[in-house]
Amino acid sequence: MAGPRVGLFVTCLIDLIRPSVGFAAVKLLEGAGCVVDVPRQACCGQPAFNSGDRADTRAIAEQVIAAFESFDYIVVPSGSCAGMLKVHYPELVRGDPNWQPRADAFAAKCFELISFLVDVMGVTASGAQFVGTVTYHDSCSGLRELGVKAQPRTLLATVAGLTLSEMPDADVCCGFGGTFCVKYPEISNAIVAKKVANIRATGAGTLLAGDLGCLMNMAGKLSRDGSRIDVRHVAEVLAGMIDEPAIAAAPREQRASAP
Amino acid sequence: MTHAATSPQFKENAHAALADVELQRSLEVLETNFIGRRKQVADKLPEFDALRDAARDIKNHTLAYLDLYLEEYERRVVAQGGHVHYAVTAADARSIILDICRAADAKLVTKGKSMIAEEVGLDDFLAEHSITPVETDLGEYIIQIRHEMPSHIIAPALHLSKAQVEADFRRVHTNLPADRNLDEPEALLAEARAVLREKFLAADVGITGANFLVAETGTSIIVTNEGNGDLTQTLPKVHIVLTSIEKLVPTLEDVAEFLRVLARSATGQEMSVYTTLSTGPRRLGDPDGPREYHVVLLDNGRSAMLGGQFRDMLRCIRCGACMNHCPVYQAVGGHAYGWVYPGPMGAVLTPSLIGIDKAGHLQNASTFCGRCEEVCPVRIPLPKLMRFWREREFERQLSPATVRTGLALWAFFARRPWLYGIATDLAARALALVGRAHGRFRWLPFARGWTDQRDFPAPQGATFQSQWRRRR
Repeated sequence: MAGPRVGLFVTCLIDLIRPSVGFAAVKLLEGAGCVVDVPRQACCGQPAFNSGDRADTRAIAEQVIAAFESFDYIVVPSGSCAGMLKVHYPELVRGDPNWQPRADAFAAKCFELISFLVDVMGVTASGAQFVGTVTYHDSCSGLRELGVKAQPRTLLATVAGLTLSEMPDADVCCGFGGTFCVKYPEISNAIVAKKVANIRATGAGTLLAGDLGCLMNMAGKLSRDGSRIDVRHVAEVLAGMIDEPAIAAAPREQRASAP
Repeated sequence: MTHAATSPQFKENAHAALADVELQRSLEVLETNFIGRRKQVADKLPEFDALRDAARDIKNHTLAYLDLYLEEYERRVVAQGGHVHYAVTAADARSIILDICRAADAKLVTKGKSMIAEEVGLDDFLAEHSITPVETDLGEYIIQIRHEMPSHIIAPALHLSKAQVEADFRRVHTNLPADRNLDEPEALLAEARAVLREKFLAADVGITGANFLVAETGTSIIVTNEGNGDLTQTLPKVHIVLTSIEKLVPTLEDVAEFLRVLARSATGQEMSVYTTLSTGPRRLGDPDGPREYHVVLLDNGRSAMLGGQFRDMLRCIRCGACMNHCPVYQAVGGHAYGWVYPGPMGAVLTPSLIGIDKAGHLQNASTFCGRCEEVCPVRIPLPKLMRFWREREFERQLSPATVRTGLALWAFFARRPWLYGIATDLAARALALVGRAHGRFRWLPFARGWTDQRDFPAPQGATFQSQWRRRR
């Protein structure tokens, strides 16, 4: 019997900046027995939603629901975009007799990648190898809207050679906040500066998280500070796909995660 | 008369706050004193989350029948010899209080801590009418002598260091010996206590706020740690409770539920030191207490909130947990928000009270990390309410033209995935070509805000979707 059909909502940031995370997600999903496809897609609509532009958000939501609702599951390698699809789409169409049932049914099938693997597909071990110490940042939406906290740690604990060194305040915002980081760059910078100090205090060679926006923010700050810490999406490590340079690292700048 | 909001200058305020070394050091207290302690006491109480649900439900119930509970409360207060005054606006509250003070021929007024007094700008107003108000909460006293607004709703002088307070005391308490030793915080406390003791005894009117109003008994309750509230409301011949309509709860038993979450959420105490009840003026045979008892109930936009999107905000019990846990508040402190109520609760409440056109950036001053909602003792969905304000801002075209144009351009593509795919693939390839060698950009023309202080990661090359379609 074929596994469940999964529509991968790859997210606009991974699509644009770091496609290798998308391929890591595909590998993990196929490894768990899923059949993966990628319908044509743009963005989940958060920039419009969080800027108060409800009309554009609604149009985008309807388009995403229509493109993905025929799948058994919709999986997103980002807590914040998954939260948008799962929690906020139904809010947007609440009370609409046509769209509310569709959005509710769609939302019930939406999952963040790592929690989907563990909670739905019952994956208990990663099978990957990674020699080094990592630290893990809990991205806010995944943590607070979807309860993603134990699942990535469960799988990371099964990666051969990997040691997890927890940072203080792992569950505190990194200051990215979507459009916040460009609207209030100074405040965003002050927040990420604290985060980076906590990351460095662990002595870990690699920083992992499940959201590319937060990862780009933290990687950008670490890199500007001259840090040698590698920054990667947790899916890359779990899939054993770490050949690509780390986020914001040059091609031959492979550092802590070098084999 | 109410404080002029500097919220439209939030960015400039934040810039100054980030550069203020003393402020930044003072803000560290949030981590050490508030967040850690709240977590400790919350973890120790297995039913803490259930109590939060109960507190939320009691407030929701009360708000649904607020008219009935207000009438019942008023009946009880009047039956006990007190007076209830409804103030529709801040100006109404000020003039009602001025009238009471004048009727009592008051020259000196002592004040317990009251955010409603800050909201209506009471101190300046009284002073302009030749009545001297003296704040008796230590934090409020400090900011009064500095002519500042509170920077935190329960710790008004949180932004100040001990050295700054010492300098202020030396500047103001000129009748005391100049060479006195004020090195220890206890010495500052003792000095304030001695100065304030005279005021307590000389005051003609005492004004307090209220944390809760109890409909079944007509009781007003304040929760403090200094005992100043008791002296403020017991010693003068007139006691005025200045508070707002959403402080109502049905019964004393309900108050017991709130007390279990309030101090834990606010200061990480199991209980505040003083929980003081006042129910009307001195009765025949009472050894002390005021001869007159007035309650001024402020609306100031709250009944309008009852019927709209921001009703949940009326559950707020002013514990300050949302600001303690907010990464933005932690970074810039309370004054940057520019009006009486800072942090996430202020970002929701301020536009409701003074208008979104005057509240400037506040609804945008959040990363939407959700930690405020996570710790709120009455489970107010603060990010959602801030987003509602952003929708109003967008509808009324109050956001900057650059933001609106950028958003419209982005939305044009985002609503057309085919076109979006082609455009982003081209952009990703072009950026990758330029940035690949270093893996990052140290400078990008349209992302200066980012690249001034952070590198921007370079794209890997073609987009995921274009690679996927070529491979499959």
